[in-house]
Amino acid sequence: MRIPGKGLIDETQVSFRFDGHAYEGRAGDTLASALLANDVRLMARSFKYHRPRGPLTAGSEEPNALVTVGEGARRDPNVRATVQEVYDGLVARSQNAFPSTSFDVMAVNDLLSPFLSAGFYYKTFMWPRAFWEKLYEPVIRRAAGLGALSGEPDPDQYEKAFAFCDLLVIGAGPTGLMAALTAARGGADVILCDEDNRMGGRLLAENEEIGGMPGHVWAEEVLDELRDMENVRLMTRTTVTGAYDQGTYGALERVRHHRPRGPLPKSCFWRIVAKRAVLAAGALERPVAFRNNDRPGVMTAGATRAYLNRWGVAAGKSVVVFGNTDDTHRTARDLIAAGVHVPVVVDNRHDAEPQGDYRVIAGGHVVNSSGRRGVEAVEVAHANGRRESFACESLAMSGGWNPSVHLACHMNGRPVWNDAIQAFVPKPGMIPGMTAAGAANGTFSTHGCLEDGQQAALDALSDLGRKAEADTLPPAGDAPYRIRPLWAVPGRGRAWLDFQNDVTVKDVKLAAQENFRSVEHMKRYTTQGMATDQGKNSNVAALAVLADATGRAIEETGTTTFRPPYTPVPIAAMGAGGGGIGFAPQRFTTSDAAARQSGAPMIEAGLWYRPSYFPKPGETTWRQSCDREVRMVRDAVGICDVSTLGKIDIQGPDAGAFLDFVYTNMFSTLKVGRTRYGLMLREDGHVMDDGTTARLGAHHYLMTTTTAAAGNVMKHLDFVSQALRPDLDVRFTSVTEQWAQFAVAGPKSRELLQGLLDAFTPEDWPFMACGDISVMGVKGRLFRISFSGEHAYEIAVPSRYGDSLYRELIARAETLGGGAYGMEALNVMRIEKGFITHAEIHGRTTAFDIGMERMVSDKKDCIGKTMSERPGLMDPMREQLVGLKPVGAVKQLTAGAHLYNAGEEPVRENDQGYITSNCYSPTLDTVLALGFLKNGRARHGEKIRMVDSLRGLDALCEVCDPVFLDPKGEKMRG
Amino acid sequence: MAELKAKTPYETVTGGASGPERMEVTPFVAVEVDPGALTSLAPYKGQAKALSTALEAAHGMGLPKPNRMTGKQSAQALWFGRDMALLIGPAPDASLAAHAAVTDQSDAWSVVELSGPGVDEVLARLVPVDLRGHVFKRGHTARTLVGHMSASVTRTGADSFRIMVFRSMVKTLFRELHHAMIGVSARREAAGAG
Repeated sequence: MRIPGKGLIDETQVSFRFDGHAYEGRAGDTLASALLANDVRLMARSFKYHRPRGPLTAGSEEPNALVTVGEGARRDPNVRATVQEVYDGLVARSQNAFPSTSFDVMAVNDLLSPFLSAGFYYKTFMWPRAFWEKLYEPVIRRAAGLGALSGEPDPDQYEKAFAFCDLLVIGAGPTGLMAALTAARGGADVILCDEDNRMGGRLLAENEEIGGMPGHVWAEEVLDELRDMENVRLMTRTTVTGAYDQGTYGALERVRHHRPRGPLPKSCFWRIVAKRAVLAAGALERPVAFRNNDRPGVMTAGATRAYLNRWGVAAGKSVVVFGNTDDTHRTARDLIAAGVHVPVVVDNRHDAEPQGDYRVIAGGHVVNSSGRRGVEAVEVAHANGRRESFACESLAMSGGWNPSVHLACHMNGRPVWNDAIQAFVPKPGMIPGMTAAGAANGTFSTHGCLEDGQQAALDALSDLGRKAEADTLPPAGDAPYRIRPLWAVPGRGRAWLDFQNDVTVKDVKLAAQENFRSVEHMKRYTTQGMATDQGKNSNVAALAVLADATGRAIEETGTTTFRPPYTPVPIAAMGAGGGGIGFAPQRFTTSDAAARQSGAPMIEAGLWYRPSYFPKPGETTWRQSCDREVRMVRDAVGICDVSTLGKIDIQGPDAGAFLDFVYTNMFSTLKVGRTRYGLMLREDGHVMDDGTTARLGAHHYLMTTTTAAAGNVMKHLDFVSQALRPDLDVRFTSVTEQWAQFAVAGPKSRELLQGLLDAFTPEDWPFMACGDISVMGVKGRLFRISFSGEHAYEIAVPSRYGDSLYRELIARAETLGGGAYGMEALNVMRIEKGFITHAEIHGRTTAFDIGMERMVSDKKDCIGKTMSERPGLMDPMREQLVGLKPVGAVKQLTAGAHLYNAGEEPVRENDQGYITSNCYSPTLDTVLALGFLKNGRARHGEKIRMVDSLRGLDALCEVCDPVFLDPKGEKMRG
Repeated sequence: MAELKAKTPYETVTGGASGPERMEVTPFVAVEVDPGALTSLAPYKGQAKALSTALEAAHGMGLPKPNRMTGKQSAQALWFGRDMALLIGPAPDASLAAHAAVTDQSDAWSVVELSGPGVDEVLARLVPVDLRGHVFKRGHTARTLVGHMSASVTRTGADSFRIMVFRSMVKTLFRELHHAMIGVSARREAAGAG
């Protein structure tokens, strides 16, 4: 019910829909205030018992009024109606009810509630075990629950952003405004965040004067001054959700939840780095647990005043007020002034006196509520036990206030109990650099908040090395906070503590009775505090009940752990920009466009994309293309982009000595203009990487690494240089991106280069030669190296010419009966030659295992050498690299399959080894595989059984040398 | 005889030849620039001072301190990480090689100039470093991240930055910048419209 003339929002009408019905609200309304103005108070069903529920609060802590906003893939579940702003065209609906909130068949759960007490699932669905996953859990999950995502990809845009400031002020109530103003006037860079769409905090919800003017007017004046200051950033709709190390705070900004679709991002996840922070997050009001306190129309007194004073909405025509502080009377006064009937004020303090024209029951309690789909009457117990009923449409209740200590506890600090206010408050220093002030620190008067905010800012300014003086504070209310504990009203029936998870006083007592006496155990046994509100409304009351049930004091009972985020943060916001291809950077070679133009499917190699094969007309499978490409290289010439291999430029007087130390073999003796294959070990003696290194000058080498290990090797070299051999004068720079490099492989490679290079004499380029060349006028480098086993070269030019050179190479190759080859053909050819890749040097193999122990030079030390000589690492019974060929009826060999002796059962105990790589070799017309076999080098010629349990294969194969083709290397050397 | 054609990093990955990439999302512009030669200079042991002197003599600027850039428009030296500077513009003078490992990087980096009023806000979506004008001034530089990419970010003016990422990642850079630019642009529009 809207009260004419009340409220701080303007008269602009907006139309929205809720559960299929059209309503009118006002700009500035939340969905909750707009629905209440339309006399709709049933907004949701509870999680477990499907009890009808209306809003309990007017803020982000709301446990009941969760709705789904939007439709289709854009729908947003579990949005708090108390936070969602209405706008023209807003579509929202209730959740967790079938077929509707007003008639929900699942409400049958409520009748079963005697059986659904705490620990019910643990006790009941233990047996039979298989039923849990198949039957109980799905059924329970369907019945109990919140809103659901659409299951479709989210089409909305999200943002992530970073911000920096001297002082972050969290919350823009009187404390935060005063802190921000003081710090800003003192010259500090200030960010002021508030989760509301309008700053002012409780000043927007109360009849409270500051400096002789209404609080909200004072707030607006302060904000006007702050808006004009260059060193201030005001962030509305921004909830600081977490406090992290080094003064970093996470914050969620709702950028476009309050307006129709458009180009704006929906929300933005901020990381704010602040030198100092003031926690001015205020306090949250506690409900009181009494029988049937969850009926729609029962809400916190602070919410009742907020709806009335800010939005001009009365929760009902007649409102009973129940509480334990002077706020109770403030509520009654505000309601009466607005023309709302207040039948009675129930104050549990025996000395309570009326502060206006209303009836007070001092020392009394509300013990029950009644009504269909909402409260129609409440029953009150007088101090002497007499019962009396009052008809009403709403009950405003207050059990006192809890300072919002959450952020202060995010680094595992525990708050301390303050008996005077019956609440937990933060301890100083729980988050380095952050000070709690105002209501968040247990200071509840407006004057106290202003003073606190000012002092916190002055302290921060002084920490920041800035001078500042305290301005005179405007006069404001400074009434004491007189509270008498009020957690749960004794009596029969169910009294709700946690509205969202349907946890009652009885459940907590049962937990204590069943020996779940620790607050953390109670929480998990009852699920209290585990829903989206994370117990904001219920934690303190629940542990007060637990303390009582276990005969301990509240401070002794302690709190559960407060963890980020303070309010739910969509994963979409945290991962903004990371959907689809945004997951990781994409690296494209200079030949990428040409490869895609010729129809090559691309495969990922780390962040790189490389062509898998190049299909020709008529080829329908990858194997056809791959076989053709292999034959093409073996018979004519093939071109392959090898730029993705890591290239590291190494220079300095000690470059040779440095390489001798990181490689197992010698590089200081390599002649200028020559290239050598090198093997690199980890410190534990296992193989790290391999590749060729060329000597370009006396003090100048060029190392190549595998594509996969490029980054790791660079990191390793840096570590070795900085930490192990700082005595060596050597410098390295990655030049992977500088050079586009292409393999030109095959018997006709020489012929191809002769036409291409400016002045090329093949005789000057023996196997493993390297040096500068000129390609069509461009300076480049040539390496006579081969990964295919053919007579081959690798030619490198600066990357800007890569695309052009690649196309030129392909055109020339095609005139010689050759062309491009992809990763599949490259892999087949290296298997035919027994060349290893990271399939073989997978991190668990040694130089001995791959048959390269002779490459570990005994003339010098190198990284990993000593460790590779440990007993066992040279054991002949270790699995050694072998070649395998099928000799039985089954011709398929598969990587990952295991090897067993023929005649032995294929079980783990009999395992003889495994296959790492396999291919069909068109050159040899047979399937080939590389693998590791116990004592394999001594077993060439032996028949062995391969079993692939995953793919259901069983094949007999022959063990052989891993080099299947041209074992003497005559082709590549020739 | 045909000759090899040079392409910008963006032209290379798109297979096009339409000149340097230019992307505009009002009021921001990201454009691929050709900075001239890029040469990394890594001074040998105890040679930083001598290198600085040689650099000064040959190209007119000393070796930059960490997170700083020295030089003028035509020749700049950019701090490029531990014990490394990047000479931007001229081909390196032969005298430098006596004091440092000199390595050509002209083709290794994609260089993009990002500009527009309040462009810091665009980079605040991508770079985890405080780039506010009074903290990160003209001539300040950082080796940091742009999204998930390792990058070099330098302020070149009140409303302009030079961003460098690996050449192969240029497409991702433009995609990330676009995402950030449209977000900030839309916010400006929304704020302007009230």
